[in-house]
Amino acid sequence: MQKHLELSQVGISFPTSKGPFVALQNVNLSIKKGEIISLIGHSGCGKSTVLNIIAGLLKATEGGVILNHKEVNEPGPERAVVFQHHSLLPWLSVYQNVELAVRQVFAGKMHKAQMQDWIEHNLALVQMSHARDKKPAEISGGMKQRVGIARALAMQPQVLLMDEPFGALDALTRAHLQDSVQQIQAELGNTVIMITHDVDEAVLLSDRIVMMTNGPAATVGEILSIDLPRPRDRLALADCPKYNHYRHQVLSFLYEKQRKVEPLPLGGAKSASDNKALPPQGVRA
Amino acid sequence: MIIQLKNPSAAKVAHWQRKWRELLRQSSLTLAGLTLFVLCWATLASQLQTSLGQFPGPGAVAGQLRALVAEHQAEQAREQAFYQRQQQRLAQQPEAVARPYHGRPTFFSQIQTSLQTVLSGFLLASLIAIPAGVLIGLSPLCYSALNPLIQLLKPVSPLAWLPLITIVVSASYPADGLLSRSYLVSALTVALCSLWPTLINTIVGVSQVPADLQNVSKVLRLNWYRHIRAIVLPSAVPMMFTGLRLSLGIAWMVLIAAEMLAQNPGLGKFVWDEFQNGSSDSLARICVAVAVIGLIGLLLDRLMLSLQQALSWDKSVQLR
Repeated sequence: MQKHLELSQVGISFPTSKGPFVALQNVNLSIKKGEIISLIGHSGCGKSTVLNIIAGLLKATEGGVILNHKEVNEPGPERAVVFQHHSLLPWLSVYQNVELAVRQVFAGKMHKAQMQDWIEHNLALVQMSHARDKKPAEISGGMKQRVGIARALAMQPQVLLMDEPFGALDALTRAHLQDSVQQIQAELGNTVIMITHDVDEAVLLSDRIVMMTNGPAATVGEILSIDLPRPRDRLALADCPKYNHYRHQVLSFLYEKQRKVEPLPLGGAKSASDNKALPPQGVRA
Repeated sequence: MIIQLKNPSAAKVAHWQRKWRELLRQSSLTLAGLTLFVLCWATLASQLQTSLGQFPGPGAVAGQLRALVAEHQAEQAREQAFYQRQQQRLAQQPEAVARPYHGRPTFFSQIQTSLQTVLSGFLLASLIAIPAGVLIGLSPLCYSALNPLIQLLKPVSPLAWLPLITIVVSASYPADGLLSRSYLVSALTVALCSLWPTLINTIVGVSQVPADLQNVSKVLRLNWYRHIRAIVLPSAVPMMFTGLRLSLGIAWMVLIAAEMLAQNPGLGKFVWDEFQNGSSDSLARICVAVAVIGLIGLLLDRLMLSLQQALSWDKSVQLR
């Protein structure tokens, strides 16, 4: 497959009163068309920063992102974002929220009737047709997130960026939406980059899991390829030894190699100093 | 567990019963508060002697309210009679000139004048404050330049503006213009004092669009105009309405003071004239005016609130 999305030597630092703070360093990642990538890591490790750099909402201070041979330096609808907190416009109905995106992206390329069909189609894709005229305040969190996904899909993006899309949802809704995303992605073949905190979610959905080291100066720690046949069924996988092996690998990265230094009030000082002694190179093994 | 209702109409009845009880509770408490106030007022008033006689109690004030209504009706009858006479005269001698009736303004025509003045002042203030607020909120440059000025002008009392406005109006507006000078002075003072809350709230609303929504706009690559239309203005609407409501409240307060000093024939002038008049009825008449001023202020606020609830997407606004 051809090179699709390429992050090379991406780094970002923010100026602070104590000099520049390096948040990310040497992030290299090459993503194929149609791949589903999960970014996983402890909070504060810069996953969202990576996503925002790909989206163009943040500018890398070093290195750069190339999508289809073109450098990314501003946001655009070909890299649609599903935001963590849905970010629907509260004064527009579900339909109008998607319409705003469709009218912007397909102005001059579609007739009015075509746009209408396209909006309806995308709402049907996430099973939200029944609530098309409701305002975001009138529907549940899971539904809002689905509309957010419909809005992103309606832009027909080359890359779908999802920032913890299911983080704020209950377990049942989350499972349901994970299945929807799998199904939709299989149908449309978008490239998907998703941030998650959830190990099961990462293994279930991804082709590759990108595990990030702790910040500051966070970078890609390990990349785990998930070689499980699709479509994946969460029930069947629960007993699958391969699935559990992958799960274990992610867990061991997160809780052994990259154990987050969080000294507890009682006797925490010692373990904190132990952890600091760990050289970052040792981590990448 | 599933709670099954025998029939849906029973649920409806229960719902209305609950609502009815709530309404009953609220209105009886309001009535109790009001009664307590009237009782306190009556007792205190009976013990208070002033240079204009005894301070009026509830009975005297109610009496004056009736008197004011009677005066208004008498004046209306006189006006009708005047026009009737004029019509007869014009029928008999067509070359006669028709004249409008110039009677004494009654309490109720003064209320009308006050309402017209306050609404024109408030409208003028809103027409200035909303566009200016949007511009200042959008441009950090404008904000830095103008914010100190706004903060400086905001706390200036209407009584300080009034002499300046009076002088400027009499210098630049003809005495026999379409609108009277006193009306202009009052309306301009109202506008100048009431535009600040709308201006400041619009600035805040426009400049504090949630970062998430701004990111949506960026990802969609909305152009400047569409960004303002689709994202910035709607998200500032609730704040604008908060500002407008505060402004209308201030406008009504300022108006009374402005009318007193500018001699605009409204409620403020009524109070002032009664005060100068100093008859034994004056205090009771002023009390009627105070109650009416309060009532109109309350109604204006409710009006603004229902406007907000009808027009703003944010339906969570509460009575406060």
